[in-house]
Amino acid sequence: MTRLTPSTKSIALHVGVVLLLLALNFLLPEYHRGVFARVLVLAVFAMGYNLAFGYTGLLSLGHAMFFAAGLYGAGLTIYHLEWSVWPAFGAGLAAGVVVALAVGFLALRTTGVAFMIVTLMFAQVFYLMTLYFTTYTRGEEGLVLPQETRVLGFPGGVLDLSDPSTRYLVALSLFAIVLAAILFLVRAPYGRSLIAIRENEERMRMLGYDVFANKLMAVVLSGLFCAASGAAYAVLFGYVGSGFAAIQYSILPLLWVLVGGAATTLGPLIGTLFMFYVIDTASSYTTAHLMVVGLVLIGVILFFPKGIIGTVRERWLPWLP
Amino acid sequence: MAAVKPLLETHGLGRSFGGLRAVDGVDFSLPEGETHAIIGPNGAGKTTFVSLICGRVAPTDGRVVFDGKDISLMPAHKRVRAGIAYTFQITSVFANLTAFDNVALAVQRQLIDDHERGLSSRALTEHGVDALQKVGLGDHADKVAGNLSYGHQRLLEVAMGLALRPRLLILDEPTQGLSDSEIENFIALVRQIGEEATVLLIEHNMDVVMALAERITVMEQGRILAQGAPAEIRANQAVQQAYLGG
Repeated sequence: MTRLTPSTKSIALHVGVVLLLLALNFLLPEYHRGVFARVLVLAVFAMGYNLAFGYTGLLSLGHAMFFAAGLYGAGLTIYHLEWSVWPAFGAGLAAGVVVALAVGFLALRTTGVAFMIVTLMFAQVFYLMTLYFTTYTRGEEGLVLPQETRVLGFPGGVLDLSDPSTRYLVALSLFAIVLAAILFLVRAPYGRSLIAIRENEERMRMLGYDVFANKLMAVVLSGLFCAASGAAYAVLFGYVGSGFAAIQYSILPLLWVLVGGAATTLGPLIGTLFMFYVIDTASSYTTAHLMVVGLVLIGVILFFPKGIIGTVRERWLPWLP
Repeated sequence: MAAVKPLLETHGLGRSFGGLRAVDGVDFSLPEGETHAIIGPNGAGKTTFVSLICGRVAPTDGRVVFDGKDISLMPAHKRVRAGIAYTFQITSVFANLTAFDNVALAVQRQLIDDHERGLSSRALTEHGVDALQKVGLGDHADKVAGNLSYGHQRLLEVAMGLALRPRLLILDEPTQGLSDSEIENFIALVRQIGEEATVLLIEHNMDVVMALAERITVMEQGRILAQGAPAEIRANQAVQQAYLGG
């Protein structure tokens, strides 16, 4: 019997996860399929956050602005300029990259607590801007994208993104692409440099690495993935509102990543899924569901101090990427 | 003596921390190929001086010239790529990574710039293993750096410096905390490195200094007190006073 190398094992595992998610499209009851579609889109947000926080060690409290940049980049161009979905999605990505580049360039001059505060402030500015330009964004109330605008054109046909099965499959496609990109990235030399910068920045500088440029690149890629999630959210679920730019959407990806396991490729998915179902289940039994959520989180921290996947990797499966 | 072009020069190089002149107008010249030791009492400004050379600390005045080019304003990472490698006084390896991965990070950076060889996993392995073998850590490649003995971590630190293929290797108190037998191996290692690269060594252990240095610079209170061959330094009155307080 030939022994599988860690690299083949991890690729097989990731392909397996995507195939399992594909099968779930046909197996899950309608309600849960809807939840999973949402989780898949938001897991992309968490994966983008994980690239900055988990792998590079940049604790940002402002990632809602990257998600919202994608959300508004796609939503506003569809709503006001009547763009079709492809270019609108592209506008969302571009908005995310531009915001990440600008914020990264300024915020990366700081580290640690100052970095947290600076990113938090920038995100707050972004949030307030979505309220200030309420003529265009309709603020908290938000915009609902009409169903007829949410169709994805292909040569030879169109896909109706409001159809549950299509929505699920499109969400899964985006998830799979980003998962593959992250997996490739963290195994490539560039990913190793990011981890090393997290571990010992000064040493990396004295090995000849441009630490600032590497971190900026990580923030921009992170912003790109988060914006992809936001833009997909707009076109798949048809709603664009200020709530997504608010502080809780900066905290949520941090929470999802911590629960699932920072600096693991599958942790963000597991964390997002877990938190969704804990909140969903708890709130169907009691109005005090946040108390239950708090207790569950304490349990997770006690038994999985490095997050679910992080602890599995530490105890049983050291080859997990 | 043939006029050898200096690899490194400093002109009036100085650094103040508040009112303290840690390095005070130092003119220094290091010919290519030399193994040079900097000694001096604690707080003499030795580490600050080499930090100014490798760019970890910005100078308040003066210039650093490396290989004929003024690098005073060059950021540290570019100086490393220009050929100045620095090994830390306080061991600074990546404790969670294996010894090989530590060295691979240095090799990787070096290969990115080396367009002839290019960054391939074969070249990475080859050069990484090579650097580890040079310092005698060939058998420890797969061990996690944090679990290595202190002496081995110091050697790993040097291997990372070597993997950068520097023209100037700065070793900041490399034998601190090593046992006598480890020091002996270390002297042999630095001698070997000295055949290919210029070495600037900060060291307290006089046996090591006398065994390795072709020339010695003595620093005191941020200034150069004396400079010369080991025998001259040994006989120098001012040096004896600085060290023995006589």
